[in-house]
Amino acid sequence: MELIEMKHITKIYPGTVALDGVDFSLKQGEILSLLGENGAGKTTLMKVLYGMTQPNSGEICYKGEPLRLRSPIDAINKGICMVHQHFMLVPAFSVTDNIVVGAEPHKGIFLDKAKAKREVQELIQQFHFNIDPDILVERLSVGEQQRVEILKALYRKADVIILDEPTAVLTPTEVEELFVILRQLRDSGKSIIIITHKLKETMELADRIVVLRDGRLVADDVRPAEVTTEQLSSLMVGRQVDLQIRRPAKNIGEVCLKVENLTVMDHGQAKVKNVSLEVHAGEILGVAGIEGNGQTQLLEALTGLCQPKSMALTLNGEPLSGACDVFIHHGVGHVPEDRLAMGLVKEMSIKDNLILGYHRQDRFCGKGGMMKQAAIDGYAEKLKEEFLIKTPSVNAPVSSLSGGNQQKVIIARVFSQSPKALIVAHPTRGVDIGAIEYIHQQLIDIRDSGAAILLVSADLDEVRTLSDRIVVLYEGQIVSESMPGELSEVELGLLMTGSKPAGKGETHA
Amino acid sequence: MKEKTMNIKRHNAKQAILTSVLAMVVSLVLGAILLAICGYSPIESYIAIFGSSLGTVKGFALSLSQATPLLFTGMAFAIAYRVRMINTGAEGQLYVGAMAAALVGAYVTGLPSVVHVPLCLLAAALAGGLVAGLVAFLKNRFGANEIILTLMLNEILILFTSYLANGPLKAEGSGVGQTNRIQESAQLFRLIPQTQLTIALLVGIALAVILQLVLNRTAFGYEIQITGYNLLAARTAGINAKRTYLLTFAISGAVAGLGGAAMSLGVNYRFVEGFSASYGFGGISVAALAAYSPVGVILSSFLIGVLKAGAITVNRTTDIPVEFVSVIQVLVIIFVAAPTLIRSLIALPKKLAGRGKQAEVKKEGANS
Ligand SMILES: Nc1ncnc2c1ncn2[C@@H]1O[C@H](COP(=O)(O)OP(=O)(O)OP(=O)(O)O)[C@@H](O)[C@H]1O
Ligand SMILES: [Mg+2]
Repeated sequence: MELIEMKHITKIYPGTVALDGVDFSLKQGEILSLLGENGAGKTTLMKVLYGMTQPNSGEICYKGEPLRLRSPIDAINKGICMVHQHFMLVPAFSVTDNIVVGAEPHKGIFLDKAKAKREVQELIQQFHFNIDPDILVERLSVGEQQRVEILKALYRKADVIILDEPTAVLTPTEVEELFVILRQLRDSGKSIIIITHKLKETMELADRIVVLRDGRLVADDVRPAEVTTEQLSSLMVGRQVDLQIRRPAKNIGEVCLKVENLTVMDHGQAKVKNVSLEVHAGEILGVAGIEGNGQTQLLEALTGLCQPKSMALTLNGEPLSGACDVFIHHGVGHVPEDRLAMGLVKEMSIKDNLILGYHRQDRFCGKGGMMKQAAIDGYAEKLKEEFLIKTPSVNAPVSSLSGGNQQKVIIARVFSQSPKALIVAHPTRGVDIGAIEYIHQQLIDIRDSGAAILLVSADLDEVRTLSDRIVVLYEGQIVSESMPGELSEVELGLLMTGSKPAGKGETHA
Repeated sequence: MKEKTMNIKRHNAKQAILTSVLAMVVSLVLGAILLAICGYSPIESYIAIFGSSLGTVKGFALSLSQATPLLFTGMAFAIAYRVRMINTGAEGQLYVGAMAAALVGAYVTGLPSVVHVPLCLLAAALAGGLVAGLVAFLKNRFGANEIILTLMLNEILILFTSYLANGPLKAEGSGVGQTNRIQESAQLFRLIPQTQLTIALLVGIALAVILQLVLNRTAFGYEIQITGYNLLAARTAGINAKRTYLLTFAISGAVAGLGGAAMSLGVNYRFVEGFSASYGFGGISVAALAAYSPVGVILSSFLIGVLKAGAITVNRTTDIPVEFVSVIQVLVIIFVAAPTLIRSLIALPKKLAGRGKQAEVKKEGANS
């Protein structure tokens, strides 16, 4: 039986038709994977279903009855819950408090704490969530926080759980754990909608696949068993995409970026311990590792964002130190970890974001400090065309772009400055396969034009296909260095968790 | 395509203006109801308030001269807010600016007006700018909170200037705390004779336009906006946030100081103890009313000026309590401070229309 039917949903934003007469349905007890390129309208469709935004036309039926959603509260009351990509938890509250907040059990006018705890405990046991209900949320890992979000939905008796790119922030093991939970929920009769850009995950998890392209429905009854990832990607993008092709560096040059004795302290703890690295011109050095093993601090030290306890850094033999402006000025490009927090100013226009950090260059800024509007306009238009940024206009705010296109703004900004060295963090997080292919190609091109690239990514596949050399970062130290292909995925995975695969990979202490 | 975004931009500006205008209308209606409840004729009252302040030359000049100091303090708050710093110190900066201008105006002699007046203004701007700059320095250096600092500094500066005006710098033979009268060459030109409306208004308007251009057209203004919206992104982009804070806050203080100069050189012709009718804090609501746009402050300060002038006339000519005018003023500010309230009012007719449309769509659907 169809649990939810959305009919002819159309949503128009100023300048964009985000959804164009989409019909969507969800059955009880299925895991549905919603696929589509960046900007295809996946999030928008789910926001409509969750009452976060009102469609311009169309209707929603729930168990055969028409449903009017004025706000998420209406949706939650009907048992439709959404887990957002950015968690909405209070770090200083316990797991239980976070779960019950807004729907607390009462005893008279008082909070019934005992009952709350009992109910949460039962839920945790019922679904084998393996979380301590009394622990403070700030002490949980990202994966555990996500489970708390799911518990929140279950506590509100959700029948439908929507997950918007839940795996983007998870480690491979956490992804596996999440899938176990989701299957269990399905088997207990819940319906799940999951948005992801990783086709591998879709194939593994989904019962049914729905594909959106440009705000239109292109397929709504695809069974994973009946398709290949190639077919799926051509449904999404309209052409073949293969992300596994390796393109090794042809002309690796001299050492460009050289880091010695890097130690970074954070709150009295050494997060990076005496690390030394060399990246050659025309080479991509991949840093694999589970997040939280010093990647953030490594990136901050190499871009001037933090002053390390010790570091000797040279760029083409010249010593380099100082704040971010010095690094940028000397040609060290930076694709930051968290694009919205560090890389973009979402309230400002795409145009303004395309020159951020380079806005004092003579071509954008005159002698008296006046910005050269015409030059900036032209430049932004050029980058928009060149990097295929999907927007009606470069004057639109960055917040109106889909996640993948936001990332393209950063890539366009940094890559078009012909940097000598590039510090790149998670370049394709939350980006669709078409755009991933494109960004990978850009990375390879800029490498082949002689840039030295340090690539930090939580996506092991990405590190393995792009890198010309791979190091593994574990607890702030480099525990292995290898050539691509030398170590298998499993071996690298073991190194990332601190164990040593027998007899392989030289180990630097 | 260009046209489309121009439309979006214009749409946003239109929305902001509409919000402010609607806030105004709603407050006037609520004020009328209140007046009626208390037994006064709303129409007569409004004629008393707006008839003279908008309808006569003298009254209009009064509105504008009441608006002048608020124009400066409003701009001061607005520009600081653009880097998300809260300048609650405009009151103190106003006082030091007024004192500096009065002293240069009184003790520097033998200059032609075209040199003397700018010199006084410069002194006022420097005084206000230095005081605010000090606050920003302490914030940068020690992480001090600028709100607490400026509020404390207000007390210190008001008392200190008051001490000067009552002690070492007191005008000879004066019974109240005030400094010597400024030279004729330092007096601001009056736009309309026998009113307090001076060239300070034009200076303020010009300054608003300049500040707006700085914000929108210069690299410094770009950095102000980036830093204000997203500090981490600003740092990542190599923008020196501390420098931006320091300069912007100093500019904010300088603008407030100029407001003080407008009072010393154009209205009182000297520094007078306690001259400010809380202009510094009035600037906060003026800035909010203008959505923190310097050019918008021209309009919002005028609006408050009209109400203030209205209050003065009401007080002189009718038995309606002046407090009513303050109530309207406060209502306007509340409604502007709660933009969602007003926006839902704007959306109401659309929503109703939308429902009609949806019903139509349904009908069509049923037919096919
Ligand atoms: N608030 C908004 N204002 C204007 N346009 C918007 C807004 N939100 C989304 N859009 C536009 O609507 C379209 C669909 O966006 P949506 O976020 O649904 O894409 P998505 O499929 O979730 O993409 P992604 O995979 O990148 O998250 C995009 O073109 C986007 O630019
Ligand atoms: Mg999305």
